Amino acid sequence: MEDKIQFELNGKPVEIPMDEHQTLLWALRTYFNLTGTKYGCGQGDCGACTVILNGEAIRSCQVGMNEVSGAKVITIEGLASNGELHTLQKAFMEHDALQCGFCTPGMIMNAYGLLLKNPDLTKEEIIAGMEDNFCRCGAHNRIIDAVEAAAKEMKSVETR
Amino acid sequence: MKETKEYNEYTAGETSVPGLRRRDFFKLLGGGLYVFFNVTDALNVLATESEQRRSLPTDYNAFLLIHEDGTVSCYTGKIEMGQGVITSLAQMLADELDVAYEKVKMVMGDTMLCPWDMGTFGSMSTRFFGPPLRAAAAEALAVLLDMAAEKLGISAEQLTVEDGVIISKQDKGKKIAYRELTSGKKIERYLDQKPEVKDYSEFRIMGKSFNHQDGRLKVTGEAKYTADIRVPGMLYARILRPPSHGAKLVSVDTSEAEKQDGVLVVKDRDLIAVLHENPEKAEESRDKIKAEYEFDEKDVNDQNLFDYLLKNAPEGQIINSQGDLDIGKRMVDTLVESEYYNSYVAHATMETHAALAHIEDEKITVWASTQTPFPAQETISRVTGFPLENVRIIPPFLGGGFGGKTAHSQAVEAARLAKITGKPVMVDWSREEEFFYDTFRPAAVVQISTGTDASGKINLWDYKEYYAGERGSDTIYDVPHQRTMAFGRGWRAPEVHPFATGAWRAPGNNTNTFARESQIDIMAAKAQTDPIEFRLKNLTDQRMIGVLKEVAEKAGWKPAASPSGRGFGVACGFDAGAHVAHIAEVEVDQATGRVQVKRVVCAQDMGFCINPEGATIQMEGCINMGLGYSLTEEVKFTGGKIETKDFSSYQLPRFSWIPKIETHILELNEPPQGGGEPAIICMGAVIANAIFDATGARLYHLPMTPDRVLDALKNKL
Repeated sequence: MEDKIQFELNGKPVEIPMDEHQTLLWALRTYFNLTGTKYGCGQGDCGACTVILNGEAIRSCQVGMNEVSGAKVITIEGLASNGELHTLQKAFMEHDALQCGFCTPGMIMNAYGLLLKNPDLTKEEIIAGMEDNFCRCGAHNRIIDAVEAAAKEMKSVETR
Repeated sequence: MKETKEYNEYTAGETSVPGLRRRDFFKLLGGGLYVFFNVTDALNVLATESEQRRSLPTDYNAFLLIHEDGTVSCYTGKIEMGQGVITSLAQMLADELDVAYEKVKMVMGDTMLCPWDMGTFGSMSTRFFGPPLRAAAAEALAVLLDMAAEKLGISAEQLTVEDGVIISKQDKGKKIAYRELTSGKKIERYLDQKPEVKDYSEFRIMGKSFNHQDGRLKVTGEAKYTADIRVPGMLYARILRPPSHGAKLVSVDTSEAEKQDGVLVVKDRDLIAVLHENPEKAEESRDKIKAEYEFDEKDVNDQNLFDYLLKNAPEGQIINSQGDLDIGKRMVDTLVESEYYNSYVAHATMETHAALAHIEDEKITVWASTQTPFPAQETISRVTGFPLENVRIIPPFLGGGFGGKTAHSQAVEAARLAKITGKPVMVDWSREEEFFYDTFRPAAVVQISTGTDASGKINLWDYKEYYAGERGSDTIYDVPHQRTMAFGRGWRAPEVHPFATGAWRAPGNNTNTFARESQIDIMAAKAQTDPIEFRLKNLTDQRMIGVLKEVAEKAGWKPAASPSGRGFGVACGFDAGAHVAHIAEVEVDQATGRVQVKRVVCAQDMGFCINPEGATIQMEGCINMGLGYSLTEEVKFTGGKIETKDFSSYQLPRFSWIPKIETHILELNEPPQGGGEPAIICMGAVIANAIFDATGARLYHLPMTPDRVLDALKNKL
């Protein structure tokens, strides 16, 4: 019997051959060729590989594929809809909240995860919530500003 | 030739990577001659030095191409690693060529398409590549005007240009677009008399702020970094690594590794690797290799490091000497003698080194995260035997560089493995490999002996730097009797350092500015003088005075001698042609020793600023990155064994540490200077001086970890 794992990836049902040693990070990067999710450390320290798993921002390098069966996964490639960038993505562009851009997908997905849980984040909560995502270029201030602006924008759209 | 010879001394060496000083580069680029000594990579696979003579082309077509759709490709050997030259170089070309900024598409670092370049480092893209790029665009514009004049039957003086369309001043109906003149081809005409580039007053695009050109690609995950490139049939390599630097492989048993389906094991001298289409399977098999090593390590660790460095120091060289130190000593009322230290620091780019090598039709293409594509081309040509013209290096976006990606041994590994196996091979280092093979910023010691007279005038300056590097070791203050000595040629002292060292953002200058500006602060405190007033009294460099006054004004500085208890520090310095001055405010937790930097104000004189937005981002990045080497970043090691393997043992700056940052760029019509590095150099001193101002405790050792702060508090006089 061919073992397969089925799950939902960026809104579409997908399957991948079962491999108990495979992590979600490498399945995304190699099998599904979704390379926006980055390898930064492989130990869950840096956050470059952050994706959304069942509504939670998680480190895909720390998640085995067996945990993904039946789950819903959203990566950076799944955030824009029909070519329209997500508010967070626009805010990162408008605030120039990036330099080399390598940590950017993980930053955006982590912020997205925070806002899914709590749309009313204060600046202090944003800082605390982003604390474990690393940026080496030092775009921190702008990232905070971008997330704060996006949160406000998303809220105003909701209440409009 | 003297300059060229001197330059070789800076680039040759076992683990060194190209780095150079301003005066050398002016000469070299001006003369169109560049001698590059290839360097031995970290794996020590390269035994010989080879010499290559290459230079920037003189044909302006090498820099630009006008396509049939009216867009313009700008070719540069520079690479984009977050510093933003993808935007600022496009601004320069667009302005000089009179086309809209949006029409310029950057093609960067591809050795097949782009003009030769020695590499992207030293904040040199704007300063040194900018002028030839602008000159090329100016010549292209003049030729196009010539061609249009012929076609339209109107003299060139009667023509004007609007966004790539040449129009008659008299009759707006008479016009012709660049693309019609060139049909997407190389322009076949040259000028004997090269036209002038535009004057500052004529700039329309330079000097305006533009957001990152690559922003959209980076927020969508579409931007390709090396490890994101895919070639059909490619294999991932996982390479056997020694447990320490200096360990030599004695025996290896790969039998267990070979058992897994689909693996390919390569054993080529020192290079033992497992290849598989699935990177995790390659790693699993690699971990089954049994290997034995012989150890020959240096007797040094992060505890005895500074004694070791001083004990093993080679003879010093006098870099600068003025007046007579003995006379200076007699003109001094207060003498201050100090010794400053800084530990090894990692580049720790978020993207690890990666390379994908692919051989087809006797040609090898290597995608590589490298700051030095052309030197990498030379190295790979030599190692693999492919002639230079059959080696193509393509650097996609880099996930940070900071000098760490001037070394390119991962590209050599990928090329060797591709040649041996005949398959496309991806080498993408793990975080542990990244820490192990990083070319660390060298640990260094600075000894300074200085003195002031009763009026607070500095009359004596005796400065000795060990392994820091000369950059930033200039006195900058006006001292009649001074001497600067360098011991150990910066990071180019492979016989001393137990592992590879190299250029780290503003190499040498972080250490030197920390030492110099701390020393100045100590003297100011002893003179019971406000530290800005003390500096101004001893400075004659008008541009340094300018940034100091600017930062004081913007920060709302109220003069007071340190320690004032306020936690305010100041520091200034010079790097990559730019003058910078910083004021910082800190809070010191005297129970834990933890330092929180609350606010940093920075003024920068970088001449004319091409992209104020981009320059501001670089200044902010410098300040945030500088928090790390100032407060926590330190490589732990025993002999050749690197104990720092991951981000839990090497602490990068985090969101909660980030101060309020205020940046001010002086508006000047002077030649543009570097912007990627200057604002990082003051961070060690400005924080140390602010800690002293807050507590009266003086820190002499970077990073200023809580333990060291507690020690300093305990030992304060």
